[in-house]
Amino acid sequence: MTNNHSPAAIRVHGLRKSYGSQVVLDGIDFEVATGTVFSMLGPNGAGKTTTVQILSTLISADGGQVQVGGHDLALDPDGVRSAIGVTGQFSAVDKFLTGEENLVLMADLRHMGRSGGRRRAAELLEQFDLADAAGKPVSTYSGGMQRRLDLAMTLVGDPRIIFLDEPTAGLDPRSRRTMWQIVRGLVASGVTVFLTTQYLEEADQLSDRIAVLDHGKLVAQGTAAELKRLVPGGHMSLQFGDAAVFERATRLLEPTARDDEALTLDLPGSGDVRSLKSMLDRLDGVGIEVDGLTIHTPDLDDVFLSLTGRPEANLEPRPETQSDTREAIAR
Amino acid sequence: MNAIAYTVSDSATMLRRQLRHMVRYPSLTVLVVGMPVIFLLLFVFVFGGTLGSGLGPAGAVGGAAAAAGASGGRSAYLEYVVPGILVMTIAAVVQGTAISVAMDMTGGIVARFRTMSISRASVLTGHVLGSMVQAALAIILVFGVAVLIGFRPSASPMEWLGVVGILAIASFALIWLCVALGMVTDSVETASNIPMPLILLPFLGSGFVPTDSMPGPLRLFAEYQPYTPIIETLRGLLTSTSFGNQAILAVAWCVAIAALSYVWAMRLYEKHSVR
Repeated sequence: MTNNHSPAAIRVHGLRKSYGSQVVLDGIDFEVATGTVFSMLGPNGAGKTTTVQILSTLISADGGQVQVGGHDLALDPDGVRSAIGVTGQFSAVDKFLTGEENLVLMADLRHMGRSGGRRRAAELLEQFDLADAAGKPVSTYSGGMQRRLDLAMTLVGDPRIIFLDEPTAGLDPRSRRTMWQIVRGLVASGVTVFLTTQYLEEADQLSDRIAVLDHGKLVAQGTAAELKRLVPGGHMSLQFGDAAVFERATRLLEPTARDDEALTLDLPGSGDVRSLKSMLDRLDGVGIEVDGLTIHTPDLDDVFLSLTGRPEANLEPRPETQSDTREAIAR
Repeated sequence: MNAIAYTVSDSATMLRRQLRHMVRYPSLTVLVVGMPVIFLLLFVFVFGGTLGSGLGPAGAVGGAAAAAGASGGRSAYLEYVVPGILVMTIAAVVQGTAISVAMDMTGGIVARFRTMSISRASVLTGHVLGSMVQAALAIILVFGVAVLIGFRPSASPMEWLGVVGILAIASFALIWLCVALGMVTDSVETASNIPMPLILLPFLGSGFVPTDSMPGPLRLFAEYQPYTPIIETLRGLLTSTSFGNQAILAVAWCVAIAALSYVWAMRLYEKHSVR
C-alpha cells in the first residue's frame, strides 16, 4: 500500500487516451510511491505501452491528471523529462556508435561536462558488464548486451524515476535474471521504477505493487499477495468414473464445487500430504475409486487469467470494476 | 546556462554524432560524391564534344576554346556543365540527409531523445549541420575533379565569395527540405526515393543544355524552376559573365524553400508518431 511517509513519485488520475474511436486507456488511476517498483501487467494490446508513452511525454493524453516527480505532465513536460529515464520496448541505441560513445552522447545531452560524462560512462560500462565491448560498434552487440546498454544509457543522468517497457522481452533466462538484479539494485538506491511486463513471474519477483490492465481499464491492483487472494484459493480436484460413484463421493466429502457433467469435485485444501492422505483414506474406506486427482495452488497466472481472460462471446461490461476489486482486497 | 546556450550545446552534440556517423560509415559519402563525378565525366567525355559544339557563341569562351582547337567543344561544355553538376552534388547530399533522418526516426533513438530534457530543435539541427559539412566536402571534391579535367574558372575573389554563398544557401534550403521529406514516410526505402526529382531536376533546367534549345512548355518550366537561377548565377560568377537578376531570384527561391521546409520539418518532428 502507498507509504504515507514518502510522497508519490507518480500520480495518475482519470488518464484517458483514444485513437479515433478506439479507446486505449479508459480512465485509469494509480499512484507509485517513491523508491518502489510498480508493475503494470496486461495482455498484448491492453494499453501498457501507451501508458508509458504518455507518462514519459512521448504522446499526449486525452484527459486526466498526471504528475511525475512532482511535475505536472501537461504544464511542465520538460520538468518531467528532467526527472525521468525511459527504456522503451524497442532498442533506443545508436547502432553506428560504440557503447562508450552512446553513453558519452547521453552525458553530453544531460550537460554533465566532458570529464564527468566520461567517468559516468566508464562506471556504467563496468556495472553493466560492457567494459570489454566499450569500443565496439553497437551493431556487433548481442540482444542482451544491447538491452543492458539501453538501460545504462537511461541511467546516465541518475534519473530518480525510471520507466521500463517490457525490459526483458526477448531475453534469455540468464539475461532476464541479470536485468532483475539491476532493477533490484536501482530500487535499493532509492530509484522509483515503473515497469510493464507480460511475465507474471517478473511482476511477482520485482514489484511492490502490481496493477492489472485489460482493455484500457485497471481491473485490479495491489501487492502480489493481495492479488493472489482475489482468485479462488488452493484446491484439490477429484475426477470420478461414473455418476453413482460421483454421487456417493459428493455425500461423503464436503465439496466447494461440483461439476455434474465432468464428474469432478473441488475440495478446499492446499494439497499437503497429510490432508491428501486422510481424504484418500476416507474414500478408500467406503470403496470409492478415484480416477484422477489434481492439486491446484494459486499463482499470479490465475489472477491474470481470471481477470483478463474474458471469453470472446461475453462482451458485456465486466462485473469486477476497479472499486469492486478494491473491496475484494479490503475483505 | 540559459536556453540558447543549451540549444547550441545540444546541437553541437548532435552535430558530433552526425560527423561520427560520417567518419565511421563513409560509404554514404562516397556514394554521394561518386554520382555527380560520374555524371561530370559522362557528360564531358561522352556527350561533351557534341553538346559543346551546339552551345553556340555564347557558350564558347573566346580564345581558350579556340586555342584548344578540335577539343574546343568539349572544354566549352565542361565550363558550361560544372554549375549543373555542383547543384546535382547538393541534390545527392540531401538525398543522404533524407535517408539518415528517416533512419533516425524509424529507430528508437529519437524516441529516447524526446523523453530527455534537450532542446527540441537540436536533433534536426544536428542533421542539418552534419549535411552542410558533407555538402561542403562533396562540392570541394567534385570541384577538384572538374579542375583536374581542365575546368579553369575565371572568377574574382569577390565572385568566389558569391559562389560559396550561393552554394551554401542552396544546400541549406535543400537540406531542410530533405529533413522534412525524411520524416514524411515511415520507411527508409521510401525516404531514399522521394528526393529523386531533386537529382533529375537540373536536367529540366539550364544545367546541361541551354533552356532556349527546349520545346515550348518544357522551356517555360525550365526557365522558371528554382534550379535555373541558381545554376545561372553560379555560371555567371564562375565565368565572370553577367547574370542579370538571376542571383536575386536564386536567393529568393532558397529563402522561401528553407523557411517553408523548416516550419514543415519542425511540425513533422513534433507530431511524429511514436512506434
